[in-house]
Amino acid sequence: MQLQVLNSPFTDEQVDLLNKILPTLSNTQQIWLSGYLTGYQSQSADVPTVAQQQITSEKKVIELTVLYGSQTGNCQNLAEGFAGKLKDGGFKVNIASMNEFKPNQLKKLSHLLIVVSTQGEGDPPDNAIGFHEFLYSKRAPKLTDLNYSVLSLGDSSYDLFCYTGKQFDERLAELGANRIIPRVDCDLDYDEPAEQWYESVFHALQEESGTDATTAAVQSSELAQGEKVFSRTNPFYAEVYENINLNGRGSNKETRHLELSLEGSNLTFEPGDSIGIYPQNERHLAEKVIELLQLKEDEQVEVNKNVGHVSFVDALTHHVEITVLSKSLLEKLLPYTKDQAFSELVQSEDAEKLKEYIHGRDLVDLFSDFSSWTLTATDLITVLRKLPARLYSIASSYEANPDEVHLTIGKVNYEAHGRERNGVCSVQIAERVEPGDTLPIYVHKNPNFRLPEDDEAPIIMIGPGTGVAPFRAFVEHLDTIGSERKTWLFFGDQHYVTDFLYQTDWQGWLKNGSLTKLNVAFSRDQEEKDYVQHHLEKHAKDVYEWLEEGAHIYICGDEKHMAQDVHQTLLQIIQTEGQLSEDDAKTYVTHLQNQKRYQRDVY
Amino acid sequence: MTNSKTFIENPGPPSDVERIKDESNYLRGTLEESFVDRTSAGISDDDNRLMKFHGSYMQDDRDLRTERQKQKLEPAYQFMVRIRAAGGIVTPEQWLTIDRLAKDYANGSIRLTTRQAIQLHGILKWNMKKSIQEMHESLLDTLAACGDVNRNVMLNPNPYQSKVHEEVYEWATKLSEHLSPKTRAYHEIWLDGEKFVDNNEEQEPIYGKHYLPRKFKIGIAVPPSNDIDVFSQDLGLIAILDDNQSLKGFNISTGGGMGMTHGDVETYPQIGRVIGFVTPDQLIDVAEKIVTIQRDYGNRSVRKNARFKYTIDARGLDWLKTELHERLGYELAEAEPFHFDHNGDRYGWVKGTNQTYHYTLFIQNGRIIDSEDYPLMTGLKEIAQVHTGDFRVTGNQNLIIANVKESEKEKIESLLEKYHLTDGKHYSALKRNSMACVAFPTCGLAMAESERYLPSLLEKIEVILSDAGLLEEDITIRMSGCPNGCSRPALAEIGLIGRGPGKYNLYLGAGFAGDRLNKLYRENVNEKQILEELTPIFNDYAKERHDGEHFGDFVVRKEYVKAVDNGLDFHL
Repeated sequence: MQLQVLNSPFTDEQVDLLNKILPTLSNTQQIWLSGYLTGYQSQSADVPTVAQQQITSEKKVIELTVLYGSQTGNCQNLAEGFAGKLKDGGFKVNIASMNEFKPNQLKKLSHLLIVVSTQGEGDPPDNAIGFHEFLYSKRAPKLTDLNYSVLSLGDSSYDLFCYTGKQFDERLAELGANRIIPRVDCDLDYDEPAEQWYESVFHALQEESGTDATTAAVQSSELAQGEKVFSRTNPFYAEVYENINLNGRGSNKETRHLELSLEGSNLTFEPGDSIGIYPQNERHLAEKVIELLQLKEDEQVEVNKNVGHVSFVDALTHHVEITVLSKSLLEKLLPYTKDQAFSELVQSEDAEKLKEYIHGRDLVDLFSDFSSWTLTATDLITVLRKLPARLYSIASSYEANPDEVHLTIGKVNYEAHGRERNGVCSVQIAERVEPGDTLPIYVHKNPNFRLPEDDEAPIIMIGPGTGVAPFRAFVEHLDTIGSERKTWLFFGDQHYVTDFLYQTDWQGWLKNGSLTKLNVAFSRDQEEKDYVQHHLEKHAKDVYEWLEEGAHIYICGDEKHMAQDVHQTLLQIIQTEGQLSEDDAKTYVTHLQNQKRYQRDVY
Repeated sequence: MTNSKTFIENPGPPSDVERIKDESNYLRGTLEESFVDRTSAGISDDDNRLMKFHGSYMQDDRDLRTERQKQKLEPAYQFMVRIRAAGGIVTPEQWLTIDRLAKDYANGSIRLTTRQAIQLHGILKWNMKKSIQEMHESLLDTLAACGDVNRNVMLNPNPYQSKVHEEVYEWATKLSEHLSPKTRAYHEIWLDGEKFVDNNEEQEPIYGKHYLPRKFKIGIAVPPSNDIDVFSQDLGLIAILDDNQSLKGFNISTGGGMGMTHGDVETYPQIGRVIGFVTPDQLIDVAEKIVTIQRDYGNRSVRKNARFKYTIDARGLDWLKTELHERLGYELAEAEPFHFDHNGDRYGWVKGTNQTYHYTLFIQNGRIIDSEDYPLMTGLKEIAQVHTGDFRVTGNQNLIIANVKESEKEKIESLLEKYHLTDGKHYSALKRNSMACVAFPTCGLAMAESERYLPSLLEKIEVILSDAGLLEEDITIRMSGCPNGCSRPALAEIGLIGRGPGKYNLYLGAGFAGDRLNKLYRENVNEKQILEELTPIFNDYAKERHDGEHFGDFVVRKEYVKAVDNGLDFHL
């Protein structure tokens, strides 16, 4: 790191001093310092605001709209951040989620930025479905006056990576709109590419409006003030207070209750938010990969500019993803083997064949199943993606315990292709994390999973298994602030005696009235399966009454089965109890969604 | 100092249990609602008190208590159900039902009790109703197996006196039925019986709405066997036979009982005292009147002083006789002579006077469970599938395969052999004469281990006995996890009563026939100390005993302890 007088606001003397100290700083020290300075700045000086007003008066004002489609809140958080920066940069900005935006306004827009994620098998997020449908409908207008750019988020381990973003990008072009800058697709580690996309958009817009680069610099430095000291890119190392298995003896499951210290982090959170944890791979897997490639564990490799050089085995253990295969990864690996079988698999006409191979396999399988690898350590580190953080719903209330945060983590392990497979983060926590250790974490805001603003509105919470986590935060929060809101929890798991997560907490809140009603379903205590939706059904009349009273309904947990079954049951209840047609019941639910009275946090 | 006691005449306000009974509407309480509530696997304390009258109570796995608390789970609540069987007799069909319920709903084992009842442990709340219903279909019930009422009526299984047994058994069932609670609550709650239209006064003609102050136990012994420990019963009946070995009547013994509280000398085990003789046709009337005396005079304020023994000791035997004669309108006849030999079981095959055969199996601590090297439960199930006689639980927690016809004997024998089921003859005499209560992990009262620990202690004592050449000597040893004394430890030649984890009080000197209490020899001793204390006494016994002298008599003669012929001397 060398600072130069030319591109910095410092004097020669200051540059000398800084250049003496900066190269000696470790990565952690650099991060700390940047956080310190940002924090220091945000406490003082409102001077830039004055500067900003002067600047805005000088330029041509572009009016732009930022639309986001967001499931877990990443896109929303990004979009809001960008919108804020653009406003500060002197642009007139409207920001909305896609379902809040009236599509017939589209043809009136001149500038549109889209930030959207892709769910599962190429599906748009819940709040983008309507807008997506509109664009592909006959009503979609010609948009020749529209300038736009798309930022798409996705997960490259899925086949249809960033598919929704690609669709929006292509469709808008088809409708005649012009790209401001090309679309950027981001993988799980989206921060850097997203920021680059933003910078490019920002510069293009500035050029168009005729503002100069100095202004931009002032703006950027000011923008940094809004950031917290600890964040996704600068995680807080939280000490583990408690790490308890919530499942009693004899259970088929292991669900960890993790209590982390937030002391000194200045991190805050609301009911509904999540915590991201940066996990570590199992070292023996990293060692196995190295052994299979006949490389050396202690070879130094550069992970990236921030991390610098570490040993190969550390890089594989701490920094890159080695437990998931994807089509794009396999394609990148093509040049590194002469194994015909491998290129046949990757380049096969039959996409299903590759998909089937990828499913449930990891790097150890790949390097065992195919031979003649010619990769170097650096090659491998370059093609692998950064080890992504895992998100877990927060299970405690900030109001009740501001200096700690609780998480509920289900241990994932199963056998596939003849080997025991472990969930990276959950097994690390279940087996290798003890009180006193620290974990790198950050708070992930989830604006789509929030308690009602109306203090009176009842809430119905459906959270089987670890899906119950955010509801513990909800009820603990309501209990702490002394809310009189009516609350109803539906919980389920396998066995009553061993798997009733947080049983004594719920019993306490039932007793003091913070929890009004509790219904539980245990699927394996009797011959017939018993699930949460069966209990919703059993209490159909009351559920409908609560909805009619304005209840908000929340679903958290398994998406594929539970959330869909619950959804169907709700439709059925609304149809039967409200004496509505099937279509009207659907409209009723859509109405709930639009009013944010039907919120899901499913995975 | 005997037969006088100065405490309790007017003991004070009724205990909380009396309030619960009072508010329960004849044992209903809020049981029905509690058993529907799924937010807890447990029930409230009040309901649990009432549950006892229904033959069950809530327990939890005490091994897991602390661990589960940390896991934010409530204690591992579960229910014990006690199946009542007068005289311990069940049919093979009933045995099969019990076997199935044990596997379907309980913890996969069956526990024979020291009072000839059959217990299932570990039943979850929502399986209780199904369990009781399925029992009912096999004509089994649990009503009044626990609670402040007359409990299971005990009777010598007497396989070798089969003729008189039949006659006495009839009286045992009659007594049992006569003294059963009459409330419809059991039917309403468990068997979906029709709700009784309120007419409270008629519901309990004998007990009234407050039932008894405490549990009440009746047992019938047919001399010379005292395997039901007749002197430990509130009301003990000693069958008197005429010269033709037919039933002539019963001697009446009153005020026996085992329970006490550590450190409270106003509580003590007591042996029953014989107050007279009744003919069979007077039996039901006399029993009912005795029960009503306890109902009216028993201490309803302090539960640990509420058993019949304290009611009597506070007032004297003369008072009891007068009160009884007044209620009967006639006087009891003079007690007839009788003689008991022993209070243990006699194992293996015996032939009854009715020409059928009976096989007494040794069941360690009454626990019937399959283990890898001893498939006891499966063996008994297979026997039940072909057996045409009956099964009898003994007062020592053993099991008799009874009334086997000569033609069927071979079939039963081959199954006994197939599953290596044993009469225990190859075990030490001490082990065959041993008994332990359940204690940890399920019993809420346990202070120390019992069922889980006694077998390993016995192995160590056997080494000492073997060294002293006493391995074949019948010596009774009983362990109890707390001083309530379910295994009747105060009537064992060697008694061990739990004080705390790994610590026991050691008692010596009871009569081999259960006719004399033992006495505290060492307090609060651990295993090492128990063995150290017993070693020299065994050696002494081996050398110095008289011909045929039992160990309990020996330690009294040699003044290791004083003889206790009355519970009032127990603490002296």
